[in-house]
Amino acid sequence: MMGNMMGVGLPSLMMEARLPSFKAMIEIINLSKSFTRLKVLDDLNLIINSGEVIVVIGRSGCGKSVLLKHIIGLIRPDIGQVIIDGNDMTRLEEHEIDKIRLSFGMLFQGAALFDSMTVGENVGFTLREHTNTSEEDIRKKVAGSLELVGLKGIEKLMPAELSGGMKKRVGLARAICNNPKIILYDEPTTGLDPIMADAINDLIIDLNNKLNVTSIVVTHDMVSAFKIADRIAMLYKGKIITIGTPDEIKNTKDPIVKQFITGAAKGPITDLE
Amino acid sequence: MKEWINNLGIKALNFFVYIGGTFNLMVGTIFQVFVPPFRKKEWVIQMHKIGVMSFPIVFMVAFFTGMVLALQSAYQLTKMNAQMYISSLVALSMLRELGPVLTALVIAGRVGASITAELGTMKVSEQIDALRTLAANPVKYLVVPRFLALCIMLPLLTVYADFIGIIGGYMIGVYKLLIGSTIYWKMTFDTLAFKDLFTGLFKSFIFAVIICIVSCYEGFITEGGAEGVGKATTRSVVISFILIIAADCLFTALFYFIFP
Repeated sequence: MMGNMMGVGLPSLMMEARLPSFKAMIEIINLSKSFTRLKVLDDLNLIINSGEVIVVIGRSGCGKSVLLKHIIGLIRPDIGQVIIDGNDMTRLEEHEIDKIRLSFGMLFQGAALFDSMTVGENVGFTLREHTNTSEEDIRKKVAGSLELVGLKGIEKLMPAELSGGMKKRVGLARAICNNPKIILYDEPTTGLDPIMADAINDLIIDLNNKLNVTSIVVTHDMVSAFKIADRIAMLYKGKIITIGTPDEIKNTKDPIVKQFITGAAKGPITDLE
Repeated sequence: MKEWINNLGIKALNFFVYIGGTFNLMVGTIFQVFVPPFRKKEWVIQMHKIGVMSFPIVFMVAFFTGMVLALQSAYQLTKMNAQMYISSLVALSMLRELGPVLTALVIAGRVGASITAELGTMKVSEQIDALRTLAANPVKYLVVPRFLALCIMLPLLTVYADFIGIIGGYMIGVYKLLIGSTIYWKMTFDTLAFKDLFTGLFKSFIFAVIICIVSCYEGFITEGGAEGVGKATTRSVVISFILIIAADCLFTALFYFIFP
């Protein structure tokens, strides 16, 4: 049954055996979601293990961000379940989901910083709202998170004063400030220069190794995907069509995955459209 | 024909979704008002933005309305040699009707539009989603401070508009129509009863709820980037205006029978 849930095509149980931890952190079961007449997710199954970095690849608009939003309970599915650490997110009330969300960090595609707050207030938001941490400790944690993303000493600036790449890094600092167990990254390297993109890749790997964070990264950046992933899953037409280690994905025989990872303009994906 | 019926069905459905959505938001907001933590700082900021910063525009509108009322009533009343009633007319019209309604319309235009634009921009730039991922309830965080600020500041602004309107009428009555200052004040306050002030303030409280819920709801359902924000803002002002006038009609009729 577990094998069936893993998606189509690859011997998933074998892959799981190679991972450092066997405990499923997130189980996504038969997830379907349509917007008006467009079916975005179609009976999608995926298991994400505790402490792994899983990268979800797929074309723009194929539903990668929608998948992330289902995991953190921002969108309710039409059918299916999302189970986080034993809790079925689809059956919980909003205030119950809020408690689970405290163990999450999410980096949005456009950073989604609060315009009306300074960078420092943005990064320390969760600590101020949900913990009794002293102002001094919050300041230290905020400074630490900003230093991790390479933006020391910008606490007083407003988001409008930052470049796109800086916003993204502040968004990442906000996501990691309260030591989450699961971090969702929506295109973390898009809009960054290659050096900073690689620094973010290293940061994702670091967080994972040091704090045993479970990371789910949605991206089209294949360089980043191959560098950070423990496993790569490809989302196509609302389903996970393949899942495997970076090496397995590189050597795949599936023409659809092959076209995507090589970035060829012609192939089965474009022919079918 | 089939398509026409289909479209009608979709429109009717959207209408009920809208009614349900706004009602839900209103109930949720009132519930969240009583749930701690109470964000006093944000509340004060909103009271300043919504109330204090609206004083100049409310002053202008109320002052000129008071003057116009005095002039227009003078046009008819001088024919009957009854100028001294101008003060009563201005005071009653301002307290019972024009003070609450004009202030609400001005605030719907100035504040309602800005609330929708702000929340709409937050929605399209995923800031509202971000709030939720950080376990902060958007209704608690964004709507409640605006709701409380509007419910307190709109009645206060209405009292201010009533007073300024009467001053506007006084300027015309005393300096142009040469009614004695003492008589003007006496005629103003003799005619006014507590119920005139009360019904006006009650209406303005209802208008505050309308402005807050419509503008916040429109902000929350905004979709489609900058264009979507523009459309939502327009819709928010138009719907607030219509609902304010409709609620005014309803409550005026109601008070007419309750306090004859």
